[in-house]
Amino acid sequence: MPEIRNMTLNFGPQHPAAHGVLRLVLEMDGEVIERADPHIGLLHRGTEKLAENKPFNQSIGYMDRLDYVSMMCNEHAYVMAIERLLGITPPVRAQYIRVMFDEITRVLNHLMWLGAHGLDIGAMTVFLYCFREREDLMDCYEAVSGTRMHATYYRPGGVYRDLPERMPQYQASRWRSEKDVKELNRNRQGSMLDFIEDFADRFPACVDEYETLLTDNRIWKQRTVDIGIVTPERALALGFTGPMLRGSGVEWDLRKKQPYEVYGDLEFDIPVGLNGDCYSRYLVRVEEMRQSARLIKQCVQWLRQNPGPVIIDDHKLTPPRRGEMKGDMESLIHHFKLFTEGYCVPPGEVYAAVEHPKGEFGIYLVSDGANKPYRVKARAPGFAHLSAMNEMAQGHMLADVVAIIGTMDIVFGEIDR
Amino acid sequence: MNRSQADALNALIAQLIGDDLEHSEFAAGELTITVRPARIDGHLRALRDAPGLAFTQLSDLSGVDYSAYGQADWITHQATSSGFSRAVSRGRESDGTENAGPRFAVVYQLLSIPRNQRLRVKVLLPEAAPLLPTVVEVFPVADWYEREAFDLFGILFEGHPDLRRILTDYGFIGHPFRKDFPLEGYVEVRYDPERKRVVYQPVSIEPRTLVPRVIRDDRGVGTAH
Repeated sequence: MPEIRNMTLNFGPQHPAAHGVLRLVLEMDGEVIERADPHIGLLHRGTEKLAENKPFNQSIGYMDRLDYVSMMCNEHAYVMAIERLLGITPPVRAQYIRVMFDEITRVLNHLMWLGAHGLDIGAMTVFLYCFREREDLMDCYEAVSGTRMHATYYRPGGVYRDLPERMPQYQASRWRSEKDVKELNRNRQGSMLDFIEDFADRFPACVDEYETLLTDNRIWKQRTVDIGIVTPERALALGFTGPMLRGSGVEWDLRKKQPYEVYGDLEFDIPVGLNGDCYSRYLVRVEEMRQSARLIKQCVQWLRQNPGPVIIDDHKLTPPRRGEMKGDMESLIHHFKLFTEGYCVPPGEVYAAVEHPKGEFGIYLVSDGANKPYRVKARAPGFAHLSAMNEMAQGHMLADVVAIIGTMDIVFGEIDR
Repeated sequence: MNRSQADALNALIAQLIGDDLEHSEFAAGELTITVRPARIDGHLRALRDAPGLAFTQLSDLSGVDYSAYGQADWITHQATSSGFSRAVSRGRESDGTENAGPRFAVVYQLLSIPRNQRLRVKVLLPEAAPLLPTVVEVFPVADWYEREAFDLFGILFEGHPDLRRILTDYGFIGHPFRKDFPLEGYVEVRYDPERKRVVYQPVSIEPRTLVPRVIRDDRGVGTAH
């Protein structure tokens, strides 16, 4: 019988299953993990320090780049922190738009997670299916903000602009025939809300498709059931939030427990897992996608019936309309002051948290009364989750490490900041 | 949280922590308590275990460097002739109100899931000895958070099992989130084709201030246009 030796294995940072730039130093006994030591920081950009050196509004774009698969949710926490210090509330329509885009973002994030997690542990097709739907949501991002990913759409006091009247359409080109374009534009004939409603209607059937591929799949279950079990008590102690905590059976969702914006008025359910293993967390996230579709539909209905302002009318904080600037001296001054100096935020400190797709994303903001934040600390859910890597991977096989990384929904933009 | 809830919570906490509770403040719906550093681990354990409080989760732990608090680049009491360049040139102007208090702070954001309440615990630390006991035993999640605060601010956590740098590069020198650490840093890396490896060299980025830091009292909110 061959002798089994202990060895130290370096996993990543250039490894397709490392979800970015994770470097794992694994101490192994044969194929069993004895200790896992994640080395992070390879994507550290000093976002928090950069934010301290810019006026408040200029850092909104940096927040997109924290968790770069759920962009608007990051903005949301930052903008909410500023709003709390300023003591302002956005108009109700802006709150509905924010909730709608938070849920679109949740679907975006979970689709990315499902596709990548599936790919990591051997399910190729799910990835392609997920990205098909993701493309439609990216188009919504583009239609509303002009960019597919880093939207910078939420602003203190509301959102940058109202939803577009027409959904942008594909155009025929050398690579796309008239016939293809017609098919692609079929559900883009009306407004953006029509498109989103159409998406919310057909999305549950898409989720069924993913589930046919995975939920009862023997290989999928062998790879995820009873892998990385975390008890509810440990999950709390390890700082787990979001689907990681709910997967362990703790019913905790900030949208329900500490409702922000209009979540208190909307109907949705909180899925909770039973076993705290990778499979439970998979089921939780899949159900969350269905609930998000439900929330999106409610928002669309409300937004259709209730036109109105989407940002507060205080031009010390929000830019005046371009038309006003042409004829009104005061508007011009407001515009100039806002874009050269920004606005000052009263001294104080605040911790604003949102239910981000990955968990609790919080911004701890300290202001000393200046036009730039004194300190910004982003509480990234992935940071706490990844710190439990050692505990979750111990005693598992090397191949299970990949399943555990996948189930944590790791994105390095937010962990390294 | 409203004020009466905050007062009730504060009374409970005052009983539990006793003399080590320096200060408590309720603002923007959040309660912040300032606690002396020496026995912070025991106090957080008490906050976690007391049945009326049950702050079972540590949401966040962050360091703060208060050394430049309240300082503006550009003090505008009256018009001057030197204009914008004052803010762009190196070296801050100071109106003489140097922050005299302790330089560092460690801020714990606690969450009580059974009671659905948040609490912020703040510990102030002097510049000479930014040292406090670790809370890893109480909240395992603090492990990485404390490593981060050590890495970025140089705050030392006594008794931490493995206080290594976490976010900065291997072999990094200095604590980058301190206010006296320049934004552009000290060194940059590049690939040297002759030596066939990555080399460090002094940073070549020119610091640039596009918007001066100003502090204004007329904050504009709620004032007439």
